[in-house]
Amino acid sequence: MIGLGWASPPAHRLGTAALAAVPLAALVLFFLYPVGGMLARGFWPEGSFAPGEVLEVLGRPRVHRVLWFTLWSAVSATFVAVLVGLPVAFALHRLLFPGRDLVRALVVVPFVLPTVVVGVAFRQLIAPSGPLGSLGLDGTAIAIVAALVFFNISVVVRTVGAFWETIDPRREEAAAALGASPWQVLRTVTLPALLPGIVSAASVVFLFCATSFGVVLTMGGLRYANVETEIYLLTTQELDLSGAAALSVLQVLVIVALLALSARVRRSTAPVDRSTRRVPRPRRAHLPVLLWTATVVVFLMAPLASLVIASLRRGERWGLQNYRALGTTGERNALLVPATDGLLNSLGIALVASLLSLTLGSIVAFLVSRPAGGRTTGLLDGLFMLPLGVSAVTVGFGFLITLDRPPLDLRSSALLIPIAQAMVALPLVVRTVGPVLRSIDDRQRQAASSLGAGPMRVLLTVDLPVAWRALLAALGFAFAVSLGEFGATSFLARDDNPTLPVVIYRLIGQPGAENFGMAMAASVVLATTTAAVMFAVQRLRVGSMGAF
Amino acid sequence: MRQPMRPSAPRSVVCSLLAVSLLSGCGSSASSGEGDPKTLTVVTHDSWNMSKEVLGQFKAETGITVKVQPQGDAGQLTNKLVLTKNSPLADGVYGIDNSFASRAVDENVLASYDSKALPDSAEEFRLAGDGADRLTPVDYGDVCVNVDDTWFADKKLPAPMTLEDLTKPAYKDLFVTPGATTSSPGLAFLLATISAEGDDWPDFWKKLMANGAKVTSGWTDAYEVDFTAGGGKGDRPIVTSYSSSPPFTVPEGETQPTTHALLDTCFRQVEYAGVLKGAENPAGMEKFIDFMLGREFQEALPDNMYVYPVDRSATLPESWAEFAPVAPNPFLVDAVEISANRTEWLRAWRDITSR
Repeated sequence: MIGLGWASPPAHRLGTAALAAVPLAALVLFFLYPVGGMLARGFWPEGSFAPGEVLEVLGRPRVHRVLWFTLWSAVSATFVAVLVGLPVAFALHRLLFPGRDLVRALVVVPFVLPTVVVGVAFRQLIAPSGPLGSLGLDGTAIAIVAALVFFNISVVVRTVGAFWETIDPRREEAAAALGASPWQVLRTVTLPALLPGIVSAASVVFLFCATSFGVVLTMGGLRYANVETEIYLLTTQELDLSGAAALSVLQVLVIVALLALSARVRRSTAPVDRSTRRVPRPRRAHLPVLLWTATVVVFLMAPLASLVIASLRRGERWGLQNYRALGTTGERNALLVPATDGLLNSLGIALVASLLSLTLGSIVAFLVSRPAGGRTTGLLDGLFMLPLGVSAVTVGFGFLITLDRPPLDLRSSALLIPIAQAMVALPLVVRTVGPVLRSIDDRQRQAASSLGAGPMRVLLTVDLPVAWRALLAALGFAFAVSLGEFGATSFLARDDNPTLPVVIYRLIGQPGAENFGMAMAASVVLATTTAAVMFAVQRLRVGSMGAF
Repeated sequence: MRQPMRPSAPRSVVCSLLAVSLLSGCGSSASSGEGDPKTLTVVTHDSWNMSKEVLGQFKAETGITVKVQPQGDAGQLTNKLVLTKNSPLADGVYGIDNSFASRAVDENVLASYDSKALPDSAEEFRLAGDGADRLTPVDYGDVCVNVDDTWFADKKLPAPMTLEDLTKPAYKDLFVTPGATTSSPGLAFLLATISAEGDDWPDFWKKLMANGAKVTSGWTDAYEVDFTAGGGKGDRPIVTSYSSSPPFTVPEGETQPTTHALLDTCFRQVEYAGVLKGAENPAGMEKFIDFMLGREFQEALPDNMYVYPVDRSATLPESWAEFAPVAPNPFLVDAVEISANRTEWLRAWRDITSR
């Protein structure tokens, strides 16, 4: 598929266009077209164009409050997540210590847990009757922001970490040798070099926070609403499509502004020198960073620990009975199929979805990292970020009203769920792989070309040796996202092959100590599976290194 | 058609690209058996949970295979049907309840079908007006305030009995309910108060909130985190749930539940089935509606979906008869009235509870 001849410019352009067509077609079909369909229903309420109703919605005081809350909760959560996550990214990607891979895998787990379960676990900690009840955090905005940070630290650690790994430490060492203090080195050498990675991570985290749905509903009770929960209510309960369209347009505007901002930052950065040197073992000077990392890991594991404890208990009795029950359909047949079937379904769907998003995402990352692209590639990069910033409700309902006729009668197809999940994971792949590819000095490729290497050979000898870590990280990430995905899945039609998050949601939505215990046990299984997958991906790359 | 964003490539090209990348052909959808009288697609709410044996019975009787597709809660389900009425999602629907029934009827998504299988005892559940022959009642459930008997016994406090009791100082800070805008039992509880208090319901809610009522977004939060007898051992012994919840609180090795439902606080939710307009297999759905009213399906309802059969002569499981009695005089609000006022009520309610 990548048989491009960029020996001659026109052929090069043709090849690029052909390559771009594949992910673009997927984006148009599975995102822009459905979302456009929903917006059209809002702008043409009775079949005639009536933008007045949409404008009227934007004047509502409630909409202003909702917009304000969305912005400040997402900005503060992003800020905190980046601040907290950076030292962890350093410790886990620039130092080598025993158990590092395990910690790396653990850090990702929160990101994939279904929000309803984490919400319940979080609230059990901070509710007045919980161990942290005295802090009075239950139902406050602080609790919402803390939960958003909890979910997104892993995005910062992984995206920035993958980037950090590839930066040559010799420049920092040179600065230090010339008498710069560690703080000066950080400020003048490390952070500027890291900036593209940080901006990349921050924009993804911001979009996740601004469109978070379960967290705001669960943690905020009904005192707080963001644009996403409001679209959900307007669409699924009030059927006020004009209102929902107005808010969706607002979402798109926010994303466009954000992307324009991050593109400016990125444009001002230069390629980075590479190093293939092994990362060092920690020294005494790294103690603060390691302590910080340990603290963050404790914060991330606290709700998980309460899940594990709850999963080992049924009523007053302790033991593994909840895990044994996962092979059954629950108390009084709460489920149609055993929970273990849900796990198998999830794994199968995640495999398809992650391969799909890796394929499409790598193509996009490859295209946007070409230095010659200029504005076109900026636009391409922005387009593929859109799925993160637009409401899952709008996309889900959009699928139903647009993909409804042959040859595109896909709305009840079993493929729709992996496709929807791949669209969610795609921006993450682009954001993980893109910055790394972009940081390659194009002169290396030119040198290879002038020495007679064809484009495929250039890709294999210049791009791939640098990018394979990021590619594997992206694959693992996409797999994990798909395993835990619930938002888009829940708005699409499901057949009777539920995924594990759907099973958990169903169990926790029924009374009964056994069902509750099973929901907790199933969540622990989901978390463990995710961690195992991430761990395996990290191990795998050692073997693949020999292949290049 | 207004289609602001058409695929840029011709569909056939897109399809062949996808066929390669997705290892599958386009249009491999459920409705591939177009007009096939041997398959039937039914969209339902997420609580659908009928055992495969019962559906197998339907297949044995009629030769029709039922494909079930859950589509969200009753509100989402109804709204999806309204949005897709020009090319229906399925042949039939099950799970529209009385709070959304009028929207489905008014928006004309349903074909008429008056099942001869509806028992006389179920006539009371039939909708009034246009809906009477569009939606067939299948089951019902009561949303009631539940109390933790163990907690009240420990505190030597008599448990509340009525809605008014919840505003009394003795029960300050003890009540938790899911919100009406985000939860179906939450909406049912709001409707119970509207039915009980009439136009004064906003005052009742102000008193309720002043008495420390806690509002969560969903049932799970209220029951599994804040309720003292739920999974999280919370600190509130009064919760909005179902009249069918108490049997779940029988501790292992014992025979008595630790909670009970207050039968004077209940709102009745009736769930309906109907044939969708434009269905490919309307005759199959009609047969399925008749089957849902038959004894086997009706008697399987309590154990599988925790609701009561509309057929009063159906036998209930023993524990239900004992621990999950239905409310003798539940609160009711007419479906047409709910449909006309829902948005206004919910906005007023939201203003009171988020103050």
